[in-house]
Amino acid sequence: MPLFNDISKVWTKYGNQIVSGIWNTVLISIAGTLIGLIIGLFNGIIRTMPKPKNIILRAIMRVVNWIINAYVEVFRGTPMMVQAMIIYWGYAYLSGGDSLPLIPAGIAIVSINTGAYITEIVRGGIISIDRGQFEGAMSIGMSHFSTMLHIIIPQVMRNILPAVSNEFVVNIKDTSVLNVIGVTELYFYAQSAARNSYKIFASYLIACAIYFCLTFTITRILRFIEKKLEGRGNYTIFGSQSDSTAEIRVSEEEEPVNA
Amino acid sequence: MPEKVIEIKHLKKAFGDNDVLKDIDFSISKGETVSIIGSSGSGKSTLLRCVNLLETPTGGEILFHGENIQTELDVSQYRARVGMVFQSFNLFDNLNALQNCIIGQTTVLGRDKGAAKAKAMEYLEKVGMTPYINAKPRQLSGGQKQRVAIARALAMDPEVILFDEPTSALDPEMVGEVLSVMKRLSESGMTMMVVTHEMAFARDVSDRVVFMNDGYICEQGTPADVFGNPKREETKNFLSRFLNQ
Ligand SMILES: Nc1ncnc2c1ncn2[C@@H]1O[C@H](COP(=O)(O)OP(=O)(O)O)[C@@H](O)[C@H]1O
Ligand SMILES: [Mg+2]
Repeated sequence: MPLFNDISKVWTKYGNQIVSGIWNTVLISIAGTLIGLIIGLFNGIIRTMPKPKNIILRAIMRVVNWIINAYVEVFRGTPMMVQAMIIYWGYAYLSGGDSLPLIPAGIAIVSINTGAYITEIVRGGIISIDRGQFEGAMSIGMSHFSTMLHIIIPQVMRNILPAVSNEFVVNIKDTSVLNVIGVTELYFYAQSAARNSYKIFASYLIACAIYFCLTFTITRILRFIEKKLEGRGNYTIFGSQSDSTAEIRVSEEEEPVNA
Repeated sequence: MPEKVIEIKHLKKAFGDNDVLKDIDFSISKGETVSIIGSSGSGKSTLLRCVNLLETPTGGEILFHGENIQTELDVSQYRARVGMVFQSFNLFDNLNALQNCIIGQTTVLGRDKGAAKAKAMEYLEKVGMTPYINAKPRQLSGGQKQRVAIARALAMDPEVILFDEPTSALDPEMVGEVLSVMKRLSESGMTMMVVTHEMAFARDVSDRVVFMNDGYICEQGTPADVFGNPKREETKNFLSRFLNQ
């Protein structure tokens, strides 16, 4: 079949490039999602901080919150492709002709963009935690910071994992827009293979299949991790209720989930 | 005269223009168990929440060993000395029973892990929860959760524990296990403020009963006086309504 022939020709000639493009796509998506998660956690925590009593701190908080809001609105409200152009060419313009190194620039753009979405996800995650969790912590004197660190954020992380996984999968696909500034990710090489070989359909078919395999396997892996994090459904009983002298052991080991 | 632990003077609390606590004067002495009764909406929870500063009073003052809790004490250290047990347990969902009883000790009191664990185990044993130290809250029954919550409060070595309807969210067969823990605690000399609808507990365990009505303390006295010989019309009405239902 001629199509198979075309595909095989494209792959033989451009396969190495395409594979390196896959690596860059995966690298930029993973790094972008993780850094975006850190940005989102940071912003989300700040945005849900209780209002300080001190009037100066209060004013500072108001400004900081305004900046975070503006950041979220701007980066959620404009296409990442345009953001990439603005950041890349803006830097070149302002620095008098220097250009950003491409992979780090790509990671930065994806991180900032993802951070805007995850900020909202985290804020929603924190707000949806029952008031009782905060009050339980307050009632024993825990500070807001300790409460966040030990009680709230661990619960938020588990709750937002599906949404963050989704951002990751979106990033795998959306890194393709970075080709506009010349980042050598998967789409960039598929495009160049198409241009050079004139086998346009075959080239993009390869890219399409690879994108699908990436997102499909990653979705499965993340599902598996989510399941794991749901924790074990059972626990071990130590000592004995009837026999008070029975040895009491405290176990630290994690047991496998009883599926 | 035993030492006063908490003294409340002219306490007021309003939510917007809803005056919930109108003028509360109250004090509790070391080792005393006081039951607070009254119909729903009379301000009982709000009173306890003000004492623990979960709500900020809008008037009056609350003294802890003579010091104003809002102006003279560090909120965090004060709260560590005054435990609270909630109707809805409010255990930390991401931590197991043991960790629930450790986290406050390490983060607020600065105890080291080993000492905190030993203390947590001690109190979990007191409430009969030793076998379940590794269970997460969602794996426990209501009565078990409330016993862990009591152990969590106790592990901070508080001087006073506030109970806000600790058995109201429990299935009837679990009420007893929690009340018996509270009874033992009261007998061991803990200072306790207990908002409750368990009249048997109020009558048999507490040293004093306070009847709250419409944001005021309407009547207070020994259980025998309040239950046996109520002076105020409101108290009589409340008790007859309550005992006839
Ligand atoms: N956070 C709040 N905001 C506004 N109103 C409140 C709040 N908490 C309690 N109230 C009001 O205060 C009144 C007394 O409530 P509460 O102290 O819970 O009564 P009780 O515990 O005796 O049933 C109720 O009318 C309730 O609606
Ligand atoms: Mg109440």
